[in-house]
Amino acid sequence: MAKVRLQQVRHSYNPDVGDKTEYALQHIDLTWDNGGAYALLGPSGCGKTTLLNIVSGLIHPTEGKVFFDNQDVTLNSPDQRNIAQIFQFPVVYDTMTVRDNLAFPLRNRKMEPFEIEERVKTVAEMLNLSALLDKRASGLTADGKQKISLGRGLVRSDVNIMMFDEPLTVIDPHLKWQLRSELKQLHRRVGFTMVYVTHDQTEALTFADKVAVMFEGEVVQFGTPEELFLRPNHTFVGHFIGSPGMNLLPCELDGGFPVFAGNRIKLAAPITQINSTKKIELGVRPEFIKIDENGFSIKVNRIDDVGRYRIVKAECLGQNFNVYVPEGLEIPTENLRVSFDPQHTHVYCDGWLQNKKEPS
Amino acid sequence: MIERIHNQKAWIMVLPVILLVAFNAVIPIMTVVNYSVQETFGNNVFFWEGLKWYEQVLHSERFHASMTRQIIFTSIILLIEIPLGIAIALTMPRKGLGATLCLVLMSLPLLIPWNVVGAMWNIFALPEIGFLGHFVNSMGIDYNFTQQPISAWVTIIAMDVWHWTSLVVLLSYAGLSAIPEAFYHAAQIDTATKWQIFRYIQLPKIKHVLTIAILLRFMDSFMIYTEPFVLTGGGPGNSTTFLSTDLVKIALGQFDLGPAAAMSLIYFLIVLLLCWVFYTLMMRNEAR
Amino acid sequence: MAFEFRDLCKKEYDVTLIAPISMKLKPGIFNTILGATLSGKTTLLRLMAGLERPTSGEIWHKETNVTNLPVQKRNVAMVYQQFINYPSMSVFENIASPLRVKKIPENEVKSRVNKVAELLKISPLLERRPTELSGGQQQRTALARALTKEAELVLLDEPLANLDYKLREELREELPRLFEESGATVVYTTTEPSEALLIGGFSATLHEGKITQYGQTQSVYKDPISLTAAKIFSDPPLNTVKIEKNGEGIFLNGGEHWKTKKFSNIPNGNYTLGFRAHHLKLDPSSADDLKLPGEVLVTELSGSESFVHVKTNEKIWVVHTHGIYNFKQGEQIKMYLSLHNCYVFDTDGSRVYAE
Repeated sequence: MAKVRLQQVRHSYNPDVGDKTEYALQHIDLTWDNGGAYALLGPSGCGKTTLLNIVSGLIHPTEGKVFFDNQDVTLNSPDQRNIAQIFQFPVVYDTMTVRDNLAFPLRNRKMEPFEIEERVKTVAEMLNLSALLDKRASGLTADGKQKISLGRGLVRSDVNIMMFDEPLTVIDPHLKWQLRSELKQLHRRVGFTMVYVTHDQTEALTFADKVAVMFEGEVVQFGTPEELFLRPNHTFVGHFIGSPGMNLLPCELDGGFPVFAGNRIKLAAPITQINSTKKIELGVRPEFIKIDENGFSIKVNRIDDVGRYRIVKAECLGQNFNVYVPEGLEIPTENLRVSFDPQHTHVYCDGWLQNKKEPS
Repeated sequence: MIERIHNQKAWIMVLPVILLVAFNAVIPIMTVVNYSVQETFGNNVFFWEGLKWYEQVLHSERFHASMTRQIIFTSIILLIEIPLGIAIALTMPRKGLGATLCLVLMSLPLLIPWNVVGAMWNIFALPEIGFLGHFVNSMGIDYNFTQQPISAWVTIIAMDVWHWTSLVVLLSYAGLSAIPEAFYHAAQIDTATKWQIFRYIQLPKIKHVLTIAILLRFMDSFMIYTEPFVLTGGGPGNSTTFLSTDLVKIALGQFDLGPAAAMSLIYFLIVLLLCWVFYTLMMRNEAR
Repeated sequence: MAFEFRDLCKKEYDVTLIAPISMKLKPGIFNTILGATLSGKTTLLRLMAGLERPTSGEIWHKETNVTNLPVQKRNVAMVYQQFINYPSMSVFENIASPLRVKKIPENEVKSRVNKVAELLKISPLLERRPTELSGGQQQRTALARALTKEAELVLLDEPLANLDYKLREELREELPRLFEESGATVVYTTTEPSEALLIGGFSATLHEGKITQYGQTQSVYKDPISLTAAKIFSDPPLNTVKIEKNGEGIFLNGGEHWKTKKFSNIPNGNYTLGFRAHHLKLDPSSADDLKLPGEVLVTELSGSESFVHVKTNEKIWVVHTHGIYNFKQGEQIKMYLSLHNCYVFDTDGSRVYAE
């Protein structure tokens, strides 16, 4: 187990080109504490896999350093770093049995046979693979094979960090639930530093204590799932997290408060007036828009019913936005009025969150 | 009841091929079968002999000898070419200019007409004036493929290896290229040695392609005719007379149509049987 | 324009891939087929397209038996999970390909392709090759090609499964509107219940080759006719518990007896109670709620909601609740369940309508 620190890491696959846009990773400064569960969340092409490969040592970064417990490992190869990696599709040694697969890394490290037996037994029991130990690895299902991959990382006691590169991609949806919660339980049990890379927000938010949201090679926000949900630093985070994502409505500022479609929106506290040439947007999640008789009226274009809740596709003076209505709450068929929760309404300038003034 | 042919036009497209195959393959084979059960003294007079030729061939010393030679030859070829081909494929670069260059170099031997290969090696290995022949003799080794059976065998095997290993190389290379990077990464993380990577990752993953390579090399080497014929003519004596060479000698040299026809049918059936065995083993392996 | 299956069945070497299905597809809307992987969704679509012949049964379209009609003669468009486009042709040519087969004049081809490209927001990409595009753009090209064909039956085989989460959301919003205008009958397969609910229309649940229920999506969701249908249409998975009903109430497996006036109309006996994760609550909503104890295995927090995996004396249940609850592993908690929200299933899995 180790604390991992990335310092000023930048990476380009074409290092001779000096153009900023050619960099897969623009500027990464990140610290992962010993024993924590972290996630790298972002759309395809945001650089998350590149970052993962830099941490595991498969790529050496163009610039910057990687530290494991204050030791510079930037130029070390993967086997020197004592890492474990689980890939998108199961990587198992087909010709060996499950037992041999799990024992493989230990045998290569010249561990005592009876010790190897012990560890293999423990890990197999942790992963519910005990019954399959003597079966040929090629005969297992996809999730069984992924568990073998996982097991090969767990058998080793010297693992600094365990990395998951979209591991549930090939798993059946109804098994994903099980595997996800098993992963989380595993983390609680073994306490390895774990990093999970994915584009699926549910996987990231449920697994990690802290999530780094990435976009175009940069970490846009690094925070707990709650922080990312309640206080997104950037409109991208607001949009990317939440299903559906945050509503972003263009507005104007008047005396520190946003004005949307002619309505003055209440905030928890006013913000400083900004130069009006910048793009100003109001950000509020569908979950924080309430049906309110005293609010402003909106037009309903459509209502999507997902059972547990409904999404009202609303429109106000040409601007479309979503309203989340929980199951059981009635939606008036005419003259629907809503208001935005002041605690959870934010103002963004050129995409970045504007801080509200502290109450005096 | 549900299955029906919907496109009658398809049969018209196949017709030319059917005719071609009929003329070039089916009818000649039928002729051979015809010859194999009859005896002729010329003048187009044929007498029914039944299976006499088959019995004669199967009991002849000559047939056993050339069969033995053939089996030894094919075994040696497979034992050299398959491992060598895999080894070369492993060392070839995966991408970049080097990869293209290697692929072109590997393909070259395969493009040369087979009788030209035989002729090339013939001159190349001549003891006095051939590059190889002269070189080997100057090293003190007594080498003369036209007179010594061992030298002849070595030369033929060297020629075949030079000519056909590329096929194994190209097939193995294709198989190796299909292995996803992630397997190598995982092996690196597991601190596996190069040998372990080969044994547990690469070899199992190219198993399918390798089986095809072995099958192809087996079939081709079992039927080999042109190259040894041009190189040694079957000599010295009959030390390099393999099955096909022997067959042609009997049929065209001695004009013993009956035995020749019988022999060629036996030959055909042996190859067919061995290929079927091979194929079944391959299918059974896949099913496992 | 209705498509209908009559006893459609497909077997391969004694394995039944599709059990005899008889159903009428609703024209002009999205028909979603919801089922787990390997339940037979792709096989069913291939049968509809004509790529495979059924072992028995018939497919009818507008009073015509089309079972023996070859693929080329059927008016079908299909989009696959793996973004399939002609790699050597430009995006424009890809979209135009069905029109070229029909020998449509050039300027009409141009205008139709441009119209569809705009609908799918890929107009700036028309001259590129599919290999140069991102996954989402490739799938849009495939959808554009299917749309251009103006087929009467459009088959979409998990088209969004290989896309990023957010891209999936985006396209899912656009899909129903795209095909609405054409009036085609659309069949859409997926493994995710939330997708079926968001798309709306009609849904069929498929389990091991059998259609267990077909109807308006909302009704199939709210009113499953069998345990299988309920399980397929639940994400997180359906929580179940075995009960025994006697005259005064129910015995929850494990012995505890709850007096209740509910379920008075069904005979005494053994049943299975099924309820969705979000109906299992951490606070009581009324005095009649069942109080169920459990031990927390793990809590998954997702921004504004929590999934609590709880071990009860026979099963593992999932509680899906609003708010952040960071329970420790092994903590004992109480859960509340209102019997109004429960489905009652008989021992053979069929739904029992209990008051």
